[in-house]
Amino acid sequence: MNTETLEEMAAKERAAASEIPVRLNVCASTSCLSRGADELTKTLNKQLRTAKQTKQCKVRSVGCMGLCAKGPMVEIECPAKPADDPESRQLLRGVTVEDADELLEHAMSGRKFERLDWPTDTPFFTRQHRIVLENSGLIDPERIEDYIARGGYAGLVKALTEYTPSQVIDEVARSGLRGRGGGGFPTGIKWATVAKSDGDRKYVICNADEGDPGAFMDRSVLDSDPHRVLEGMITAGYAVGASHAYIYVRGEYPLAILRLKRAINQAKRIGVLGTNLCDTPFAFDVEIRLGAGAFVCGEETALIASIEGRRGTPRPRPPYPASYGLWGKPTLINNVETFANIPWIMRHGGDALAAIGTERSKGTKVFALAGTIVNNGLIEVPMGITLREIVEEIGEGVPDGKAFKAVQTGGPSGGCIPAEHLDMPVDYESLVKAGSIMGSGGMVVMDETSNMVDVARFFMEFCKDESCGKCIPCRVGTSVMLDLLEKLCKKEAAPRDLELLKELCDVVRSTSLCGLGQTAPNPVLSTLRYFEDEYESALQPADEHGYALPVLQHT
Amino acid sequence: MARQKVPPTQALTLTIDDQTVTAKPGQTVMDVASEHGIDIPHLCYLDGLSIWGACRLCVVEVEGQRRLFSACSTEVAEGMVVSTDSPRLRHYRKVIVEMLFAERNHICAVCVSNGHCELQAMAQRLGVDHIHIPYLNPQLSVDSSHDRFRLDHHRCIVCTRCVRVCAEVEGASTKGMAGRGIMARIINDLNEPWGDSQTCTSCGKCVHVCPTGALVEKGTAAAEMQKRRQFLPYLTVMRDNNHD
Amino acid sequence: MTATLASPAPPTDDRRWKQVEATMRRNGFTRHALIETLHTVQDGFGFLDDPALRYVAQSLRLPLSTVYGVATFYHNFSLKPQGRHSCVVCTGTACYIHRAQALLDHFEQVHGLSDGQTDADGNVTLLTARCLGTCGMAPAVVFDGQLAGDVDEAILDERMKEWTTS
Repeated sequence: MNTETLEEMAAKERAAASEIPVRLNVCASTSCLSRGADELTKTLNKQLRTAKQTKQCKVRSVGCMGLCAKGPMVEIECPAKPADDPESRQLLRGVTVEDADELLEHAMSGRKFERLDWPTDTPFFTRQHRIVLENSGLIDPERIEDYIARGGYAGLVKALTEYTPSQVIDEVARSGLRGRGGGGFPTGIKWATVAKSDGDRKYVICNADEGDPGAFMDRSVLDSDPHRVLEGMITAGYAVGASHAYIYVRGEYPLAILRLKRAINQAKRIGVLGTNLCDTPFAFDVEIRLGAGAFVCGEETALIASIEGRRGTPRPRPPYPASYGLWGKPTLINNVETFANIPWIMRHGGDALAAIGTERSKGTKVFALAGTIVNNGLIEVPMGITLREIVEEIGEGVPDGKAFKAVQTGGPSGGCIPAEHLDMPVDYESLVKAGSIMGSGGMVVMDETSNMVDVARFFMEFCKDESCGKCIPCRVGTSVMLDLLEKLCKKEAAPRDLELLKELCDVVRSTSLCGLGQTAPNPVLSTLRYFEDEYESALQPADEHGYALPVLQHT
Repeated sequence: MARQKVPPTQALTLTIDDQTVTAKPGQTVMDVASEHGIDIPHLCYLDGLSIWGACRLCVVEVEGQRRLFSACSTEVAEGMVVSTDSPRLRHYRKVIVEMLFAERNHICAVCVSNGHCELQAMAQRLGVDHIHIPYLNPQLSVDSSHDRFRLDHHRCIVCTRCVRVCAEVEGASTKGMAGRGIMARIINDLNEPWGDSQTCTSCGKCVHVCPTGALVEKGTAAAEMQKRRQFLPYLTVMRDNNHD
Repeated sequence: MTATLASPAPPTDDRRWKQVEATMRRNGFTRHALIETLHTVQDGFGFLDDPALRYVAQSLRLPLSTVYGVATFYHNFSLKPQGRHSCVVCTGTACYIHRAQALLDHFEQVHGLSDGQTDADGNVTLLTARCLGTCGMAPAVVFDGQLAGDVDEAILDERMKEWTTS
């Protein structure tokens, strides 16, 4: 593999595409598939064959188009028309098998399909800035040729043939990219640390154990553009000096696993995985490991334990995986979205990414927008955009005339941000200042009907169930805090219980062994900070020591 | 994780509780503190077994770092300034010990380990005079199927010393951990009655490293169970000699 | 000073053990193949019983306690037989906001099933998942591996009727 052969493949693919006047791009991501996208594709193909029109129109399965709640999504694409012609593309939503005839008729005649039209000149599309999702919805995730036609693997080939490993690290460092799994650790520094670590063998691990409830960015990236993640991992392997990688995927994502397997085989076939890549001595292979249902395995030392076939319990750090990781060897662990940024950085340069975003948070961030919001789906926005722009413009606000109450970011490690902070910029530091975290990118919008004490209870129940049980503060603390929150929800708690809850939040946060325990109190702390009145009003009358008064006394 | 042996080539200087001390690279804060007469509270740590880092009683403050570090697992570094005692640390340790009392059932007066129990001693040392955390009162069992020993889950603090000594010193790995979170339990083999275990050598090491009355010899009455641990450093040294 | 441990025979002559063995062989019968192997047993048989755990432990030369510890640590492994049909209710944040709890309450009240339970006839097992990653379809439920969105009580009842009468 070299730049010429890659460009040849891309040119061939683009030429083949331009020969077909109309392409119907049907979303084949998890949500749309479950709404019947697969059947729709089959029906469309059958009808085209019957009408002998397969040369005029081609049905393609593509990745996620972002509007998961409106699926199945279909895009009519006319590659012959110039790309800036608004008529070259039309997006349709909720297309079912019954609509197939009508869809084909409109597609072939070039007339606009008004009934199912979904306008793309809305902020949901225009306010996005797509880097990680640049191919999502445009390419068939099961065809490496599609990926290559959009510039795929060009960054890797460039890195392997024109850059030294340390130049690759410099490029990543210059981009200002920070870990997208939630921690926000500078990626360049992490790579440099692993590169500097002594070891006869090193490993790269991609953390695709997307455990936060309300987050589906990584699933969508793997569903829609799996090669992108592989390319990022291979580039990382070259930069840090690793020859073997694992991608640890949640067992709950069957489609992502299937597509990754196919992607790995295709990558081996064209020679971007294997030995002597790009005629260099560099060799790299990737294995998939399935998670077995443990949120704590998102923590890097627990993830390593799980890959080693053990119980997924974290261990104290230091030593960090960068020096003592998988099987005791230096190991680089990054999240799916972090790796998915790398091909773009290698193609456009680190400075191009650094030009987007804020002073300390560079680039873009993918968010999964869910909850009570009009536009449910997947978005990618520049860092520094305000929460209000995301919720009110891109998301188009809360449906059914209800009032916005809070947006929850960062999953069980994050917090709820109320309306008065909506004008805050979305970057790592601002979110922490507001009592939440960036997290992996889940954004769940809550309307006025949400009870914030119950929201805190929901997350604490999650943390209690997912605590590995190793360290005492997390194991016992989450259980006791959940009991207290349940008492509050039932309006059976006394002021003493609330005091104890606050005290335990502090102990668990400060003394727990890993991130799960250290952040488990965050949903309580943030709701206490902004919605303390809801806690107060859940309390029972009490005596001067804070104990609940016996029921008899206040009748 | 086994502790790495580092040749004592150079000495490091650090400060622990305002004392300037020297240490060898690779030593942990716990080791160095103990060499200098500073006893950092701990329950899961036991010299001779691998580091587990789970009880969190040994957390210490390190100057310039926001988070706390467990002394048993943290290696010393040049110029490190460690504080092993402060009102904040004392408070945290006290609450953690209270959590253990609230988690299961530790009624000292009727326990065979009364007076010889590390949890009890730790509570006294930290001044835990009452438990202000509501008790969880779980439904637990007692395994008396072994002819010499008894496993009482009510008294277990899940420190895994028994699991580690069984795997690392005896080499049997009869004991293990099952379940997770608040449901985590010590088990024998496939969660079988201890007396039915085909792998247990009945060596009794697990009983003697257990800090509480969870693992005891049968036939002991309240306050009679004294643990004997001299074998552990002895076996560890002998094992290391054999491997050299 | 090496002792020999005989390689065990599969618990039964069921063909599915061949797949289990294949997984172990693919990983060189190493200890780190444990989770992958348990996945294969779980997928093939629907649950992990004692003979299966013993067989895997002996084949990979792992202590029984380690195998049991791993099998009980991860949610995806079950030590009890599952029903012929499975219903997995998502309890992620978006589904929580969209009343997933009401679906679980409905199961309990109308069908007498709570999380992890199988009905008396062995027809249906009710399970929960911590976010299926399809928040746009909340509340989401997986019926026998098929994902369904915007599920309400009526859809549940219909499915239960279908499963318990066929």
